[in-house]
This record gives sequence, C-alpha cells and structure tokens, in this order.
Amino acid sequence: MNFELTEERQMLQDTLRRFLADRYDTKTRNEILESDAGLSADIWGQMAELGIIGAMFTEDQGGFGGTGFDLAVVFEELGRAGVVEPFLDTAILGGGLIAALGTDAQKALLDDVIGGTHHLAFAHGEPTSRYDLSQVQTTATANGDQIVLNGRKAVVINAEAAGTLIVSARESGGVGDEAGISLFLVSADADGLDLMGYPMLSGGRAAEVMLNDVSVPVSARLGAAGKAYPAIAERAAAASVALAAEALGAMETATRLTGEYLMTRKQFGRPIGTFQALQHRFSDLLIELEQVRSAVINAAGHLEREAQVRDLNIAAARNLIGRAGRLVAEDAIQMHGGIAMTQEYELAHIAKRIIMTDHRFGDTDYHLERFIALSAA
Amino acid sequence: MDLSYSPEDIAFRDEVRAFLDAKLSPEMSGKVRNGQELGKAAHDEWHTILNEQGWLAPNWPSEYGGCEWNAVQKHIFEMECAQANAPRIIPFGLTMLAPVLQKFGSDAQKAYYLPRILSGEDWWCQGYSEPGAGSDLASLKTKAVRDGDHYVVNGQKTWTTLGQYANWIFCLVRTDPDVKQQEGISFLLIDMDTPGIEVRPIILLDGTPEVNEIWFTDVRVPVENLVGEENKGWTYAKYLLTHERTNTAGVGYSQAGLSALKRMARAEVSNGRPLIENPHFAARLAQVEIELMAMATTNLRIVSMAAVGQAPGVEASMLKVKGTIIRQEINDLARRAAGPYAMPFASESVEGDNAPIGPDYAGPVAAQYFNNRKLSIFAGSNEIQRGIIAKVKLGAMG
Ligand SMILES: Cc1cc2nc3c(=O)[nH]c(=O)nc-3n(C[C@H](O)[C@H](O)[C@H](O)COP(=O)(O)OP(=O)(O)OC[C@H]3O[C@@H](n4cnc5c(N)ncnc54)[C@H](O)[C@@H]3O)c2cc1C
Repeated sequence: MNFELTEERQMLQDTLRRFLADRYDTKTRNEILESDAGLSADIWGQMAELGIIGAMFTEDQGGFGGTGFDLAVVFEELGRAGVVEPFLDTAILGGGLIAALGTDAQKALLDDVIGGTHHLAFAHGEPTSRYDLSQVQTTATANGDQIVLNGRKAVVINAEAAGTLIVSARESGGVGDEAGISLFLVSADADGLDLMGYPMLSGGRAAEVMLNDVSVPVSARLGAAGKAYPAIAERAAAASVALAAEALGAMETATRLTGEYLMTRKQFGRPIGTFQALQHRFSDLLIELEQVRSAVINAAGHLEREAQVRDLNIAAARNLIGRAGRLVAEDAIQMHGGIAMTQEYELAHIAKRIIMTDHRFGDTDYHLERFIALSAA
Repeated sequence: MDLSYSPEDIAFRDEVRAFLDAKLSPEMSGKVRNGQELGKAAHDEWHTILNEQGWLAPNWPSEYGGCEWNAVQKHIFEMECAQANAPRIIPFGLTMLAPVLQKFGSDAQKAYYLPRILSGEDWWCQGYSEPGAGSDLASLKTKAVRDGDHYVVNGQKTWTTLGQYANWIFCLVRTDPDVKQQEGISFLLIDMDTPGIEVRPIILLDGTPEVNEIWFTDVRVPVENLVGEENKGWTYAKYLLTHERTNTAGVGYSQAGLSALKRMARAEVSNGRPLIENPHFAARLAQVEIELMAMATTNLRIVSMAAVGQAPGVEASMLKVKGTIIRQEINDLARRAAGPYAMPFASESVEGDNAPIGPDYAGPVAAQYFNNRKLSIFAGSNEIQRGIIAKVKLGAMG
C-alpha cells in the first residue's frame, strides 16, 4: 500500500494548482460565468499547453496519463478552483471514446483535442433517459453507404463549442437494450443538426441537440455497429471518477472558506467560530471530507478493473459523495449566513458545483441502487 | 380532542375554495406553481383582490379591517391559498409593521399608514439587518441624530427583501450610542423617496435580484415618523419578531410543494417506471410527508393556543426550525426528481419566450433549492432558534 502521489502526478498537481491560483481567481471566474460562451478559450489554450488535457490520455493515445488517478488529480484541482471549462466533456468523454474505439483515421482528431484547438461533446442522454445509459431511442438507419440519424439528445454539455459531437444512436434492439447502440462522429455543421443552447445553473453551457435526418458516412461510426455500450459504460465510470474528484476539490474549498469565515466573522462580540454549535458542525465537515477523499481513491484505483468491481467502487463513491456533498454545501452556506447567498461570493459558486455534480452520470439514489445490485451480483 | 373540522369550518373552507376558484387566475397560479418570479404588478393585483374581499389581513383586529377569523379558519385559509398556488402575501407591511403600529403607534400613524397598507398604496420593506449586524441585531450601527424637527440618518442596511419595489422602509436605528446596545435603538419609518437614500440590488445565488443594500446619507426624517418612544425600538422589534416567527412553519407552502413534487415524480420515468414507484424515491417522499403531517398538527396546536391568548414562545422557534427543514427537504427532492434537467439555468426560458428546456416543472427546481437555503438563515437563523429553545427550556430546569 502506498498513498503517496507518484512524482509525475505530484508535479501535475503542483503545476495545475499554481496555474489556477494565479489565473483563475474569483473575478476571472465570475467574468467567465457572465460571458456568452460560458468558457474562456484563453484559459483553455493555456491549460492545454500545460498538458492538462494530455494528462487525461494514455501514452498510446498521445497523452501521458489517462488512469483513474490522473483524472482524480486533475479534477480535484479543477474542483478546488471551481473551474467551469468542459474538460470532462471534451477530454474524458469525447476524447476518451474516440481513443477507445476509433480507427487511426478517426484518432487523428485527438492531436487537436489534446492541443486544445478542438472541442468535443458527448450527445448521449435523452429527454426521458435520466441516468440510464442504455436508454437510447435516437435511431441510426442505413441508407446505402450513409447512415441517417434521428432523435433528440438532452442537456448535451459543451455542444455549442464542440467541432465534433459523438452521438449515440440505436441500430438494433429495443429501447433500454445494451446491445444495438452505436456511436457516430457528427460534425457540428452537419445538415439537420440543430442546437438549442442555454447556460447551466452552476456554470458552462449545454444544448438540446435535435437530429433530423442527419446523414453521416459509414466511416463516421466509432467502433463496431451496435457494440458501443461497454465503452460508454467505461467512460461513464471515468466521468464519475472525475465528478467525484471535482466534488472533493470543491468541498475542500467550501470547508476552507467556512473555516476562515468562522474565525473572522464576529457577532455578539466574538468570532462565530467560538460558538460550539458551529464548531461541531465544522468538525463534521472535516470528518466527511476525509471519507470523501478515501471514496475518491477507491473509485480512481478501481477504474482500470473489470466492470463489476469498477462499477461497485464507483457507485459506492458517488453515493457517499452525494450525501457528504449535500451536507458540506448546505452547512457551509448555513454557517456563513446571508453572505453565502450572494451570487458573487465564491462559496455560492462552489456550493453549486458540488450539488450539481449529483445530476450527471447518476445521482445519490441511482448509485445506491447500483451498489445494491452490484453487490448482490 | 377532535381532529375533524366542524360543519362551520367546512362551510368556511368551501367559501374560501369558491373565492379562489373565481378570483385566482390560472395564469397567476400557474406562475406560482412553476416557481416563476411574479413581479410587483402581479403581487399588487392579488393584494387588491384580497383587500376587496376583506380577506387581506386575517391577523388584524377588526377595528382596523381584520377578519375576526378563529385560529382554525386562519389555518384553513392559509392551506387553501397555498394548495391553490395563490401568490404569497408580502409580509412586511401587513404582518410585520402593522401589528407594531397597532400596538405602539400614535393615532395619527395608525390612521395614516394602516389604510395605505390595506389599499396597497404603500409597499414596505424591512430595514433591520446590517453588514455587521445579522444574528446580533442589537449591534446595529445606522444612526439617527436629532436635529430640530428631524432625525438625520446615516448608515447602511442590507439584505432588504424586495426593497426595489418599496416606497417605505421601517428601520431600526441607533439613537443613543452611550447606553447598553438594546437600550439605544429606535424604530423609524422612512419614506424611500427622501433625498440621500440609495438602493443597490444584490443578486442571489440563483440569479434573482431579491434583496438589496440600502445606503443612508444625511437622510432627514421627520420626528413624527418615530414609532413609540425614542430608544424603545428594541422592545417593538422583539414584538415584531414574534409575529414574524409564527408564520415561518410554512405548512401550506410545504403541502403545495409536496403536491408539486408528487406530480413531478409521477411524470418522471426512471428505469421504465414512474419515479414515484422507485422504492428509494418513494421512501424519501414518504418520510417527508410523515414529518409534515405531524408538523401540521403541531402548528394547529400552537395556533389554537395562541388563539386563547397564550403567546407562542419557544414553540414558535420550534416551528421555525422544523418547518424550514421540511421545506428544504422538499426542495432537495424536487431537484433530484428533475434529474439531468435540473442543470439548465432556466431564467431565459422562464422570463423570455423561448420554449422550456425540459419538462415545465424541471426549470426552476434547482434554483429554488438554492434560493430556499435562506429559510434557515433569515427570520432568526436556525442556530439562533435552537439557542433560544435551549436557553428557555434548560433555564426553566436549572
Ligand atoms: C434572502 C434573504 C433575505 C433577507 N431579508 C431581510 C430583510 O428583508 N430585512 C432584514 O432586515 N434582513 C433580511 N435578511 C437578513 C437576515 O435576517 C440575516 O441574514 C440573519 O439575521 C443572519 O445574519 P447574517 O446573515 O449576518 O449571519 P450571521 O449572523 O453572521 O451568522 C452566521 C452564522 O453564524 C451563526 N450564529 C450566529 N450567532 C450564533 C450563536 N450565538 N450561536 C450559534 N450560531 C450562531 C448563524 O446561525 C449563521 O449560521 C435576509 C437574509 C437573506 C439571506
């Protein structure tokens, strides 16, 4: 057993933490939150240069990381700084799927992704699929050497910035079957592709993606026909590691801000941190934070294992973090009083980041059910 | 003990229902149900409808235009309005300031201000909190110095809810800096149009401009705007706070929230079945409903006690704590029920003419979840309430 970061990951963490401390302060972030694009192309480019995107791919894939622990290190820092840029969507989901399933020709796109010049989005969830990965109603129908896509994809994060969308669609089987789902690379300017974009509550942008007879060549299919599900499930697991780590980083910031505030805010002539009622609650946050840290390690450390073991650990982590995250976000706000209710105060944003991770790739209850099912298996 | 409504109660309930049926427009109730911002005009409209019916001020003595309802009737009215998704009553004039004026105001103040509250001519806001004086309200610093027939007010108030709509503000101000904090505070009524007042919006974490900072620079307030005696403001403020706290159980809001939540959970599909049939979700829903059923009875017990003249003391604090926990739990469940569609920031679709992003009900739930974190912070934070409960109850045992 060894709980130290490797030298490379330690360097990655230090570099990223320093960069974000310098370049991603509250003011910058608030400007990004207010902006129409919902992300900073400038920051994106600089972080690509630092190798942050590359850290999410293996050496074979053209990067220098790509394991669960690499994702965890990066996302803990992103969470700590409340970063809203779509690293999850472009790198882990979009890039990861291309890396896992793509032909050499398709993988050529990854150079630009890792270089920070090409964004991706994973258009998978649908209006009634909630968190169920196999609920795909969008259809893919062969038409000569073309495939025609029809359907609607819901809350596709980063869709507007993406040059290429990775769209899931069903080639066979019934709604809810794992078999029969394929993935297609669809260019953002494809005919019949319509986006209805909007901002999200915790920052960044998403879109409803409408596919009306979008025609793509057979060569746009990623991997074998109807066999994309295992790769989707694996990337969903990787996304969960990232979200868990992001929540951890954000919780670290929430507790730090709360601790500092408790020692500076005075009421009744003394720091509110001298009231035992608040001291005990603050201590509980720190206790939960250590549980969360360990849950992230458990999840990250099992990302490369077989699906059952991997998903059991991930379900455990996300359930625990869902519960602890709610406690930390709510109590941090409560112990601040009114000030934490204001948009521009850092904690408000951080609390939203924590809570809203619970709405991607399964919420607390979803992962509880997954855990029960997987541990019975 | 008798838990059932009497025939008179039922007749009253039917009367309230008929009124709501006739007077509450579907447009207005739809907005309330979907958690949309109402704006001043809609609030004024509902205020006027209630006033014309004579049902605007159930808690006022009849001599001032109150309704002389008993505790059960008030409860029924509150429940029916909430269930029908009527707009909430803006409390600052009607349920906060008015009781103070009725008890401590001069005849001239009563004659001038009370009718204007009923007619809706005046929109009041509450100027208590300051940046440095939240839970420790008595440490407030905004000062009023006597100068002939006027007080000259300087300082800053904050968190002033809907101050952007208000033309009057009731303020706690320091009139004597040299005595014990509580003994140097006065209660002043200030016209918001007086020169030297500046209102700046504070955007809350859900993006709404619900509260404000208000600055006072050499604001001249006529001495006749002092309520009661100089330096007795703390007593009046405490009196007001007990009124503020009796309304915070929010049973009606919780019941309406629970109904909305059930509607959502029936519409949402999880693993091919309605979410409401999902055992985990169903269990959470049941638990909060069980809590609410008991609290509704606690609320009625306390309201009935108040009706026979026993002013609620720590019981009000208990209702505040439990009531806000339940409301916040319902908000949390609503957020979860919406699934991924909780993520879009709905203000565009709600305010503008864009098509809604996900299902109608999903739009505002996450924003409401965050906005209602305020419930456990304001009107005496839940920590302060727990402190009061312990102090009173343990004090009686020591
Ligand atoms: C949305 C919103 C609307 C509001 N509207 C109005 C309004 O219209 N008019 C108005 O005057 N005010 C209004 N307020 C202000 C509100 O009353 C204050 O926020 C509240 O009194 C708490 O004060 P504070 O925010 O300064 O927090 P603080 O008093 O600084 O409290 C910070 C934390 O310390 C805790 N704490 C403080 N003292 C103790 C203690 N002795 N023991 C244990 N814990 C303690 C608190 O519970 C809280 O968790 C509003 C606030 C909000 C958020």
